[in-house]
Amino acid sequence: MSQQKNPIMGWIDDRLPVTVTYEKHMSKYYAPKNFNFWYFFGVLSMLMLVNQILTGIWLTMNFTPSAEAAFASVEYIMRDVEWGWLIRYMHSTGATFFFIAIYLHMFRAVLYGSYQKPRELIWIFGMLIYLLLMAEAFMGYVLPWGQMSYWGAQVIISLFGAIPVIGEDLTTWIRGDFLISGATLNRFFALHVIALPLVIVALVVMHLLALHEVGSNNPDGVDIKKHKDENGVPLDGVPFHPFYTVHDMVGIVVFLMVFCAVMFFFPEGNGFMLEYPNFEPANGLKTPEHIAPVWYFGAFYTILRAVPDKLLGVIAMGAAIAILFVLPWLDKSPVKSIRYKGLASKILIPVFGVVFLILTWLGTQPASGTFLGLFSNGDVAIWTTIFYFVFFLTMPIWTAKEKTKPVPERVTGGH
Amino acid sequence: MSQDGVNNGRRLLLLGSTAAMGAVGAGFTAVPFLASWNPSEKAKAAGAPAKVDVSKLEPGAMLTAEWRGKPVYIVRRTEQALGLLEGLADRLKDPQNGNKAQQPEYADNVFRSRKPELSVLEGVCTHLGCAPKFFPEVKPEPFDSDWKGGFYCPCHGSRFDMSGRVYNGSPAADNLVVPPYSFDGDTLIIGIDEETA
Repeated sequence: MSQQKNPIMGWIDDRLPVTVTYEKHMSKYYAPKNFNFWYFFGVLSMLMLVNQILTGIWLTMNFTPSAEAAFASVEYIMRDVEWGWLIRYMHSTGATFFFIAIYLHMFRAVLYGSYQKPRELIWIFGMLIYLLLMAEAFMGYVLPWGQMSYWGAQVIISLFGAIPVIGEDLTTWIRGDFLISGATLNRFFALHVIALPLVIVALVVMHLLALHEVGSNNPDGVDIKKHKDENGVPLDGVPFHPFYTVHDMVGIVVFLMVFCAVMFFFPEGNGFMLEYPNFEPANGLKTPEHIAPVWYFGAFYTILRAVPDKLLGVIAMGAAIAILFVLPWLDKSPVKSIRYKGLASKILIPVFGVVFLILTWLGTQPASGTFLGLFSNGDVAIWTTIFYFVFFLTMPIWTAKEKTKPVPERVTGGH
Repeated sequence: MSQDGVNNGRRLLLLGSTAAMGAVGAGFTAVPFLASWNPSEKAKAAGAPAKVDVSKLEPGAMLTAEWRGKPVYIVRRTEQALGLLEGLADRLKDPQNGNKAQQPEYADNVFRSRKPELSVLEGVCTHLGCAPKFFPEVKPEPFDSDWKGGFYCPCHGSRFDMSGRVYNGSPAADNLVVPPYSFDGDTLIIGIDEETA
């Protein structure tokens, strides 16, 4: 701690460790100097979390959580509340950009082995955040009480009905009624605005505390703590503040430019972000022609649909998410970064990225359509689903067997 | 604190019993929170029977009624549609109504109805709860080149025949549910089993 301390800060520090905490997490948190483009998406996820919380609080000021009034109150926000349309579009577009940031953030971890020892817990906290975020997004989508809200809720809650013996009672318990009704809407509102955000924020804190305990990984996957100067500062590290705070500003500005372009000019995202059936109030007697989830659930929805059996389909979808949790133990490679991994990783990881995009796309399309005019969507869904599981299940083999390159002692590139 | 003269066995017993009491207390406290998610008395009382006049229903046509918030499909089937039902057995998962929970006793027949021509089915897909669409015509459909008429679910492609029996290869495992119903002359009463005078 510095010698000439501001007396007020000194008084506070004797009672609350403000300076120590600030130094530990900002001015003396040494991050590798070779972060690249992929490293923007952590802070961008955080930005979107703040956006969702802020706009969400403002939306609750005019939203009415009841089956009779919810739809009309969203129209009221859009038409009569000053700037209401902007705040709602910031929230709905924010959900999409939150998931874009999260998916790229996760893919970054896969590229550079950021989940490997000693960062397994960071990955697990991240996966829990992702899981809760999916629940949060799903419940949020139910709130406007349009056709897609209603039937999306019907399909997703019915998934629990696939569980043997207790399934039927469990779905009734979740709905709070014998069908999707106002009771369901009200409890989803409570979970969406209070319960889940509280837990998500707590998990983000844990995610960061775990990260700052072991330090950040980097595109080379080398441990910067191996080479330190006489003061114990990593030679390849730079203080997070001001170096990365300022650096991240640039990424934030570019990200927000894209965000604003979409929000102002394509707020419905051509039906991928706000689906057209949702402009019709919920009607429990009529299912829309084509039920599709919003794009960020597409991949898992495709896996659910690819299996022609209710229980097995639900198990496959659950397994697709569950297998991500154990990723740190599936990767047996002695190196972290794809830069020094072997040919198998260099081919399979990008292919996995493409397969995930195809799965996502298929989830938004009717099961009976054709893919690129060549294959039936159903067939492509089966192939890509098989690849998804084979990729993870065989990972211990190819990561262990492939020939890796020597990892340098110090980071390469950087500024 | 001095560890002299500590009765470790007694300390362990006190620790254990206090923790156990705490756990029991937490368990009891959880009950009202979990039970409050069950359907309320109001929701339970909302199950009044629905009455529908079916005298104007033309052969081949379908009428959708609402019972307990669920769509109920009422179809007056044609002679042709009734004739096709027997021959479908080997294309169906449960042609003999093996799952008794899916229909009342009086509908446990090939027509799955009280009156052969009048089909009454809950329009709730047994897969994930969408409302299947009515495709009554016997003609090749995009989802089935040998379609004999029935219901097709747009959500995940489950197919049902004119009696609501599920086809092989559908994600749904069970036939559509036949709700309890009875007749009072030309009025169909959904929700009440007994025939009234």
